[in-house]
Amino acid sequence: MAVTINRRDFLKFAGIGGVVFASGLGWPARSHGASANPSETEDFYFVQLSDTHWGFTGPEANPDAAGTLPKAVAAVNDLRTQPDFIVFTGDLTHTTEDPKDRRRRLGEFKEIVSRLKVPDVRFMPGEHDGSLDQSKAFQEFFGPAHYTFDHKGVHFIVLDNVSDPRARLGDAQLQWLQEDLSKQNPNSKVVVFTHRPLFDLYPQWDWATADGSQATKILLQHPNVTVFYGHIHQENHHMTGHIAHHAAKSLIFPLPAPGSQPKRAPVPWDAGAPYKGLGFREVEADLKQAKYEITEFPVMRS
Amino acid sequence: MQRTIARLAPLAVFSVFIVFCGLTLFSSGAAQTSERIVKITAHKFEYEPSEIYLKVGEPVVLELISKDVTHGFNIPDFGLRADLEPGETARVRLVPEKAGTFEFHCDNFCGIDHESMSAAIIVQ
Repeated sequence: MAVTINRRDFLKFAGIGGVVFASGLGWPARSHGASANPSETEDFYFVQLSDTHWGFTGPEANPDAAGTLPKAVAAVNDLRTQPDFIVFTGDLTHTTEDPKDRRRRLGEFKEIVSRLKVPDVRFMPGEHDGSLDQSKAFQEFFGPAHYTFDHKGVHFIVLDNVSDPRARLGDAQLQWLQEDLSKQNPNSKVVVFTHRPLFDLYPQWDWATADGSQATKILLQHPNVTVFYGHIHQENHHMTGHIAHHAAKSLIFPLPAPGSQPKRAPVPWDAGAPYKGLGFREVEADLKQAKYEITEFPVMRS
Repeated sequence: MQRTIARLAPLAVFSVFIVFCGLTLFSSGAAQTSERIVKITAHKFEYEPSEIYLKVGEPVVLELISKDVTHGFNIPDFGLRADLEPGETARVRLVPEKAGTFEFHCDNFCGIDHESMSAAIIVQ
């Protein structure tokens, strides 16, 4: 008897990924035949990588700072089924006050990630990339800092809460967001990618967006929204009304849990467990079950 | 008439004395209830002083200046923030209502060690 096993089940049985986190999107389950376009009923998955901080040096936090990103790229390329697309949620590079160094780092980063097999790769700046020059250098390499795209029936919105060094989206972008959402079908699925949390996770450590509550107010008008972000260098899951917010691990060093110690400082490298706390994730859009499944992956398989 | 004036003169002098003293006391009282000025200087990537001591119920005005680039002042526990532009003085009024240590930080990304730029108000 032949047994059919899908990619998600394979991951579970093989124990490849970390804990699977199911995020209900509140989507109304799509009735058969509801879409005229078959591609809009097809499950898909994407990979989120975040906070690679190319150019960082600090052996106490990561003695393999120059090797971690290439290893992560290789790990993604080794995935049995390649994702539909890959997204980097900011802090591609570690900040530098020298504009030439900034461009050099962005160029090196771009060259490394060009080795990814998947051609569809999306980028956004983090404050390390864009807050000192309003993302001017970032845009030279990667294009706009906020934009939208659609994939298999899901509307993706990339929000920029770093180009203003005060961690603001700004009135113009908020208006743009409102106008964009108003064009969406009320039952459409919306996913937001951003760098900082849109809610006040821990403002004492700059883990917030100054006008994030205004964005959330706009997003709450739509019934089907999920947010994926970076910045805090660890997994975190939070609900604002019906909106789920999921923070991703970093690929350079982990940070402590919000407010768990007096100062925000990198978690020291554990020589006994190299790359501990680092990794990337798969996000599987399960349209029939109306949920996302998040699977965490380490940089290196043990 | 002269006798009356002579009799009232000490009273008038006493009254003037009382009024003077009252004004003095009022003035003194006004000084006691006015806001204390606390000066804070920001520069990459520190605030000076790094610890500011206040008393519960004491109204203060923080006068903040930046010596180099635009910094921020954000004290979430008080719900207050300000931009610190070089060459300008930002004033933040507050009255601490409870004792404790309240951190504030720069929320205007200012450079490589921005994330370490913080200090504390200690209310006793």
